[in-house]
Amino acid sequence: MYFTDSAVADAGEVVRNTERLLSFLWHYLLLSFIAVIFIFPIIFMIVSSLKPDLQLLTDSSSIRAFLPVGDISLDNYREAFQRAPIGRFILNSILVTAITLVLSLFICSLAAFSFVFIQWQGRHIAFSIILATYILPFEAVAVPLLMLVNNLPWLGVHGFEWGWLNSYHVQIIPWIVKALEIFLFVQYFKDLPKELVEAARVDGASWFSIYRRVIMPLSGPVIATVAILKFLEMYNNQFIWPIMVVQEETYRPIMVGLQYFFQLNTAWGEIMAYLTIITLPVLIFYLLLQRAFIASIASTGVKG
Amino acid sequence: MAGPACFLILLFLVVPFFMAIAFSMTNQRLISPNPTEYVGLDNFRGLFSLAILTIEPEKTAAGAVKLDAEGQAQFPRLRSWTRDKENYPQYHRKREWFHWHWNGKRTVVLAQDVVFMKALRNTTFFVLIVAPLQSALALCLALLINRPLRGINLFRTIYFMPVVISMVVVSMLWRFIYDGENGLLNAILNSLSFGNIQTVDWLGNTTTALPAIMAMSIWQSVGFHMVIWLSGLQTVPATLYEAARVEGASRWQTFRYVTWPGLRNTAILVMLVITMQAFTLFPQVAIMTSGGPLDSTQSLVFQMVERGYGKQDISGGSAISVFLFLFVLCISLIQRWLTREKL
Repeated sequence: MYFTDSAVADAGEVVRNTERLLSFLWHYLLLSFIAVIFIFPIIFMIVSSLKPDLQLLTDSSSIRAFLPVGDISLDNYREAFQRAPIGRFILNSILVTAITLVLSLFICSLAAFSFVFIQWQGRHIAFSIILATYILPFEAVAVPLLMLVNNLPWLGVHGFEWGWLNSYHVQIIPWIVKALEIFLFVQYFKDLPKELVEAARVDGASWFSIYRRVIMPLSGPVIATVAILKFLEMYNNQFIWPIMVVQEETYRPIMVGLQYFFQLNTAWGEIMAYLTIITLPVLIFYLLLQRAFIASIASTGVKG
Repeated sequence: MAGPACFLILLFLVVPFFMAIAFSMTNQRLISPNPTEYVGLDNFRGLFSLAILTIEPEKTAAGAVKLDAEGQAQFPRLRSWTRDKENYPQYHRKREWFHWHWNGKRTVVLAQDVVFMKALRNTTFFVLIVAPLQSALALCLALLINRPLRGINLFRTIYFMPVVISMVVVSMLWRFIYDGENGLLNAILNSLSFGNIQTVDWLGNTTTALPAIMAMSIWQSVGFHMVIWLSGLQTVPATLYEAARVEGASRWQTFRYVTWPGLRNTAILVMLVITMQAFTLFPQVAIMTSGGPLDSTQSLVFQMVERGYGKQDISGGSAISVFLFLFVLCISLIQRWLTREKL
């Protein structure tokens, strides 16, 4: 009796285990299938950039489209660099992104600091106005902003002049402050212990030195979040605005530089090379810092 | 200390916003020899004015309907109405947007600005399809990923990967994937069906162009919203799942009564973010189709840029901006109302 009972129990156990194993397998199979959909176009882009056009087209009908096989070379890259001043575009994008990033981190954190720690008249109103601009998409102000920057004065290396079109500053200054960045800093600062600031005040420290010596050293995580969001915004998503305000290629960023390749329906290898040049740095950044990337996107979700 | 930030927001967001409202009521151009004039709501009237016209088929002297070579009833040309300002001022300078036949008659909807109407229709269509579909898919992915399995991080990393790639790059890449002759998608469909599926020029076809752009947009940004769903999922306390398990709840019941109630606010946020992103549909259109074929992929922002920048018609572009803003405002008010504190 005991024997049969335990045999039945064992059989049940085996069935349950097999079921669980199967469900796991299904799960992984499904996960992998979806992964293929997401990653194959990216692999295709990178692999194709290494192939001559003719082979690229014939390969696209088989699995070879995703494999670096056949006549592999960096020729497409060489030709892409010859077709357009890509080096210049990359430099422009890096310059604009880096300067905006640094200024944004500084100015937004400073503003958030004063909203959270300093009692001044009207700070609630100022903060609410800034928050309200969150629902104002940039696209909705792009056209009047074009009119505005076309009539702003600037004192530069060429002396005093009117109009900001065709410059670096027209790509940088309007993008420094956005509601989201200030909001993220404010949320973070609110959770820091107020006693730190009070103690420093009692010791006679100035507001700016409290900001610099007490608050900022504690703000690593939020700085990383804002920096990543700003980096993606400036490097990846600058398209409409530079199209509107930059006509000279001296100042053109990398995404707009793609226009050189718009009409080339045949030279796909070159196009893929250019796309890979744009994307690879971001992908490498992402793979190295993927936790931080995902955390920073998740943090935009705590709004509201 | 908040000075610089407030000044920059004021100068580059708030001021242009009011400028948009002001310009939309003038005939402002970027550079113009003529002075700017106040025109009231004319720009908006130009965008939105519609008229409906029902016309009867042409008849022969005997009273029978005239048929053309293909056996279809013949209708008189619209010109006789749209060019007759004296008798039909309501149809003046309008063009046909679309028409339908009913009871042997043709009803034509005329619009003063047909391209804008198509852009409005496409954008609305885009939002109505992409917002629910993308948030549902993102939720499915989040549920799949939200399990303590070995290697799950790898899958999360891959699903999120397209998000860090610029939409500009993605659009260009998918132009090749969608290509009518040598495109990757056609090649894959062809080999999967052993040559039974005919090649489709996905972006060159009025019926497939917009859906193709939708599919690509979802591919690019679904990972973004998956991550937001995931952070929402992690706020649901584990004890509730434990309780559901003890009660013997099925998987669906657990989702319906435990997971979903905890995701309410995340759901509204995700919908809001996607809707706002979908409304500003631009790079995909600019790179892949330029609004074509036959205006089937025109979008509001694309039209706004084309007018405000391309034609230097600041007032026309501003009018679309103001309309875009009102639309987005309505949506976020609805979101506010849905997430209001319940007593």
